[in-house]
Amino acid sequence: MTPADAETLRLRALHAVEGVCDPEIPVLTIADLGVLRAVAVRDGRVEVVITPTYSGCPAMNMIQFEIEMALERAGIGGGQVRTVLSPAWTTDWMTEDGRRKLREYGVSPPKPGGGRRELFGVEDVECPHCGSADTRVLSEFGSTSCKALWRCEDCREPFDYFKCH
Amino acid sequence: MATTSIQVNETPLVLYLLRRADDALILGHRLSEWIGLGPILEEEMALGNIGLDLIGQARSLYAYAAEAEAAGNDEDKFAYLRDAPQYRNLLLAEQPNGDFGQTMVRQLFYSAFADLYWRAMTESHDATLAAIAAKSEKESAYHLRHSSEWVIRLGDGTEESHARVQEAVDLLWPYTGEMFECDATERTLVDGRTIIDPATLRDAWDHTINAVLSRATLTRPKNPWMQGGGRAGRHSEHLGHLLSTMQHVQRTYPGAAW
Repeated sequence: MTPADAETLRLRALHAVEGVCDPEIPVLTIADLGVLRAVAVRDGRVEVVITPTYSGCPAMNMIQFEIEMALERAGIGGGQVRTVLSPAWTTDWMTEDGRRKLREYGVSPPKPGGGRRELFGVEDVECPHCGSADTRVLSEFGSTSCKALWRCEDCREPFDYFKCH
Repeated sequence: MATTSIQVNETPLVLYLLRRADDALILGHRLSEWIGLGPILEEEMALGNIGLDLIGQARSLYAYAAEAEAAGNDEDKFAYLRDAPQYRNLLLAEQPNGDFGQTMVRQLFYSAFADLYWRAMTESHDATLAAIAAKSEKESAYHLRHSSEWVIRLGDGTEESHARVQEAVDLLWPYTGEMFECDATERTLVDGRTIIDPATLRDAWDHTINAVLSRATLTRPKNPWMQGGGRAGRHSEHLGHLLSTMQHVQRTYPGAAW
């Protein structure tokens, strides 16, 4: 395989897998999330590199399976998915487009650079429905590892908040 | 067939990894025992989420142990095919759930440590360990906040909740010393900057625990006597019962897969 052929194959593979969606947040692709780290061609074979969000996130197995299916559908055989832990995933890798899609889906997106805070520190979270900042946490743990349950004190709607990580 | 237990070649790194992985797996399994029994729906999800994080951390550590040992063992074999004396977890992790308050106190003691421990371990000279630490520290910070809030609410709650959570603090206190132990095997890894000496975290842990207990109007136990043995495979009777449930399927139907 010439370097040009390898690059064509890499782009085809990239195009095929970048649209794979998170099974639990179907508006986000793995590219939006920052889970997709690289697509490479080695010795004529495609290698897709992903990184897990939370250590125990059950969606990772599903995502790996969906990537393999996407490659198959694009007619790319023998592709491999490799999981790397370093550097550790952070919500800062989520794209702007991804944050906008989350908000439209009714999930308050994580703030960039909003990492560790004081043990009893407070967080400012915006309501994805009405934009109010007058919100309150209902539960630090939500329906998936990456979400917390909040409520807006203005429009009174409950909503999911994608936790900063 | 593989119903018999595996043998593990416990080099210093493998032993270290099994100790930390076992802490996370056993505590994660304990939390999973709450599924279906949680006091409220939100708490059911919280306990499940924390358990899932811990079991995820255990998987990363077991996978690395398998790679380091290179003897054909894998995460599943480490989890399902070792008997209690081969388990290296803290005695704290295997203590029964008790009531909800006891579960939260156990979580507070462990998470206050894990939060500091994994944060410090992000500086490890071992790239894999530093990467596992970088994920674990963020998760541990959430677990610490959640368990702190509950211990404060229960301690500073009703007469009954205060008495029960104080009893849990007194009951579990003697198991906290083991977290700061560093034996000769681990010392070699500390010298090579692969791991940190947990004793260096003692003051910071005390500071967090004192702050939470004081806000919770709870009394820190005075008795300095500490129980050890888990790191060397000497466990309380509770671990055998836990393993009999956790390992039942693999011991009865060797190699069974979903």
